[in-house]
Amino acid sequence: MYESLLSFPGTLFSDVERLRREFDQAFDTGGLPGGIPASIRAVAPGSFPALNVGTTQGSVEIYAFAPGLDSKKIEVTVDRGVLTISGERPAPVLDEKSNVYSRERLFGSFKRALSLPEDIDPERISANYRDGLLQVSIARKESTQPKRIEVQ
Amino acid sequence: MADDKQDLRVNPQQATAAGNRGQGARRQQGEGPSDTEGTRSMLPRVDVLEDGAGITLLADMPGVPKEKLELKVEGDTLLIEGTVSAPGPQEMEAIYVEVRVPRFRRAFTLSRELDANRIEASLKDGVLKLRIPKQEHAKPRRIEVAVS
Repeated sequence: MYESLLSFPGTLFSDVERLRREFDQAFDTGGLPGGIPASIRAVAPGSFPALNVGTTQGSVEIYAFAPGLDSKKIEVTVDRGVLTISGERPAPVLDEKSNVYSRERLFGSFKRALSLPEDIDPERISANYRDGLLQVSIARKESTQPKRIEVQ
Repeated sequence: MADDKQDLRVNPQQATAAGNRGQGARRQQGEGPSDTEGTRSMLPRVDVLEDGAGITLLADMPGVPKEKLELKVEGDTLLIEGTVSAPGPQEMEAIYVEVRVPRFRRAFTLSRELDANRIEASLKDGVLKLRIPKQEHAKPRRIEVAVS
């Protein structure tokens, strides 16, 4: 498979390119062919908080990896099928005499949005914050759930 | 892997140049090298601060409960490891995933004047706080200048 007319097989560059793609496939897509598609509201890697979303037959589960927050100050809203998680992470208090060697942790205000499947029930949402992990569980409408029909 | 270790006092600029050979863009996503067991893990984001009495290390480890956190000191190596525990329904299908590896792991090299026996650790809301005090004799003290 040639990417373009200019990338001849067997050259160093095509080998590097092939390696790169193989790496991407092995590590980025979790082994799934084609990968998990990105959301239109996806942000650059490393944004705060990282999100994982899963679905079951009865609910949509959203996990936000948001350590070090006050649970009362986390804002979770659902508006027209878009879930928004926002809040603020306080800046660490620094002693003036301290030497700082590493400052990788993020602080300040944050906001992330995510579009939800169409069949969710905005009346039945629960959110739970534990060990720095925010879990939002949104029920799906009963009418869209698979139903077994009795045969008379 | 000895190569994964990072000196506690290496500042970030040096760390990217020397400490993370070959990781390149992967580091952006916070994914670290695989450990000896072959399972992959993420590098927790850390703040390292030093004052006269010791070093404070803060590490973001969201979703790691106390039971799944492991701290080890072996020789001069401090190892932080934790597994994410995400409660949820069974048979969940992932539709969007940013955290692919539910594990955090990072190693640091302690220096000699730090007292590894008196490390204090606390975990709150997914933030690990370590206090590594200095040995008594290594604390800064003022030296009187005698005038004759």
